Amino acid sequence: MSALSAHLVIAPIVLPLAAAALVVMIEQRALRVALSCAAMLGLLLLSFTLLIGAANADTALVYRLGDWPAPFAIVLVLDRLSAMMVALAATLAMATLIFSLARWDQAGPRFHALFLLLLAGLNGAFLTGDLFNLFVFFEVLLAASYGLVLHGSGAPRVKAGLHYIAVNLAASSLFLIGVTVIYGITGTLNMADLAARVPTLGGDQRALFEVGCAVLGVAFLIKAGAWPLGFWLPPTYSAASAPAAAMFAIMTKVGVYAIIRATSLFFGPDAGQIGAIANPILLTGGVLTIAFSVIGLLAARSFSRVAGFSVLTSSGAVLAVMGAGGQQALSGALYYMVSSTLAVGAFFLLIELLNRARGTTAPPIGAPVFDDEYRDPYEDGAPSEEVGVIIPAAIALISGGFIMCALLLAGLPPLSGFIGKFAMMKGLLEEQAAFAWALVALLTLSSFAALAALLRLGVEAIWASAEATIPRVRGVEFAAIAGLLLACVVLTTHGEWVFIFTDGTVDWLARSQDYVSSVLPEASPPPQGPPS
Amino acid sequence: MEIVLALAIGVLIASGVWLLFRPRTFQVIIGLSLIAYGVNLFIFSAGGLRSGAPPVVDPARTDPSLYADPLPQALVLTAIVINFAMTALFLVVLLASRGLTGTDHVDGQEPDQ
Repeated sequence: MSALSAHLVIAPIVLPLAAAALVVMIEQRALRVALSCAAMLGLLLLSFTLLIGAANADTALVYRLGDWPAPFAIVLVLDRLSAMMVALAATLAMATLIFSLARWDQAGPRFHALFLLLLAGLNGAFLTGDLFNLFVFFEVLLAASYGLVLHGSGAPRVKAGLHYIAVNLAASSLFLIGVTVIYGITGTLNMADLAARVPTLGGDQRALFEVGCAVLGVAFLIKAGAWPLGFWLPPTYSAASAPAAAMFAIMTKVGVYAIIRATSLFFGPDAGQIGAIANPILLTGGVLTIAFSVIGLLAARSFSRVAGFSVLTSSGAVLAVMGAGGQQALSGALYYMVSSTLAVGAFFLLIELLNRARGTTAPPIGAPVFDDEYRDPYEDGAPSEEVGVIIPAAIALISGGFIMCALLLAGLPPLSGFIGKFAMMKGLLEEQAAFAWALVALLTLSSFAALAALLRLGVEAIWASAEATIPRVRGVEFAAIAGLLLACVVLTTHGEWVFIFTDGTVDWLARSQDYVSSVLPEASPPPQGPPS
Repeated sequence: MEIVLALAIGVLIASGVWLLFRPRTFQVIIGLSLIAYGVNLFIFSAGGLRSGAPPVVDPARTDPSLYADPLPQALVLTAIVINFAMTALFLVVLLASRGLTGTDHVDGQEPDQ
């Protein structure tokens, strides 16, 4: 048993990768759906098994690929933070996949394969303990996301996708430059080995290392959508199809995750002045991101823009709280990150139904660019194999879901959005973090902006529109949204467990020496620079 | 050798950045490719520049200091492959954009004169 369970760490990467390879080869849609749903279900169960394992262990589970010793080969590291992110990705993906079965997975030929590859990339980025391997998994998930953002085709998507791909290719170049500088200085790419070597760097080397970290940080902040590097985000997310946009809610969190991981390892308490440089930048960047999203929310004229700017709010809040410092506040920020990712995902899915209720399916599936099987099952009039269930209470359910999403996104009681924001504020004030009151005021303001935007658009869409038609909504679409909202309710009712977990996570992140010693069990000899 | 390499990287990346900010999709893709070439050279240089030092183990040479650092060469190979794939993918999107909008401007429409 123990021999098998040691290999579970790599399973969240291998399972979706293998399933994606199989799905590409399958012609029949029913088989394709069955296979990808089975893989997804397996991944969900697996990720929660790993999460429970990580929650009960006070150490990191290290998987050495090829069983080579740690600093010389790539390791996968499962600790509390990565287990939490893998479980969050799996939960969101399960709901999104179920939602897409109603309509979107038929809009393009390779939806399931791209979706599973995106998950393989996400899980790899969360689990890897090597900087260059992190780059590779970033590229895997980005390549899949390029396909997903174009899913459904059409001029608006291709235009937004073009910008998105150009920005991310440039960011990948920055990522490589940062990694190379760090390798040139320290002679290692293993994150634990790096963390052990950083305090020993002196003088010039340290300055160059800081430059490398800064370039790397810019690449991460582009992914996280921090101001002024996040202008690509709202147009891309509002142009993408509903399931793709919902999955993108977690892609910004990959950037946030990478920043949390890198700062806790490289800029820990032993690292001296590097942390003193990084924190004010994170704080300023986070504050400006929240401010930008507040302005964007107040100016937004469509639901999808509101959702896009809500993604920015949640990234900005986590970054600002990290910059301000304080363990309790960071624990609250992790809780808020989980809750807001699920809520934004649910909201992106709900927008699709809201637009359908208003008779506008914007942006529609475009005419096929390539001679392939692009089609919209709702528009070509062909009777589908599954009969669309017209739910009489559809409007009421959509409205109910909308109210829950609004409460979650605005951070109003009684749902988990409120608890997350409150925990961040309480932590900031109790620990007298830098600019605590200003940050609390800004977080309150962002709640107000989200509430104002959602109220205005919601009243217009649900209560004020006279010609609202009863939309054709399938049961699976409601089930998916209900599942995500239920997850947020569970986060609310069992908040204590979640906070015990996030408190432990923050405590674990503060003890970077434990991370290092679990990856490198035997004390490493004094580090040598690369041959010059 | 260092000066030549540094100049080459600098020229490649500077030209790439300039092209990246141009309004035509073809200029953007060439710019991204040039940046990638510059970055690849930069990665290659991370192990230190040496001539006559092989990265692959040769039984005749036992002194490790006679070898070049093989890791950056492995990294650069990975980076080249990934970049090649991404360029191809971007080219497809570029063609799709040209086909859908009828223009090669990055915004999908010509700016007002």
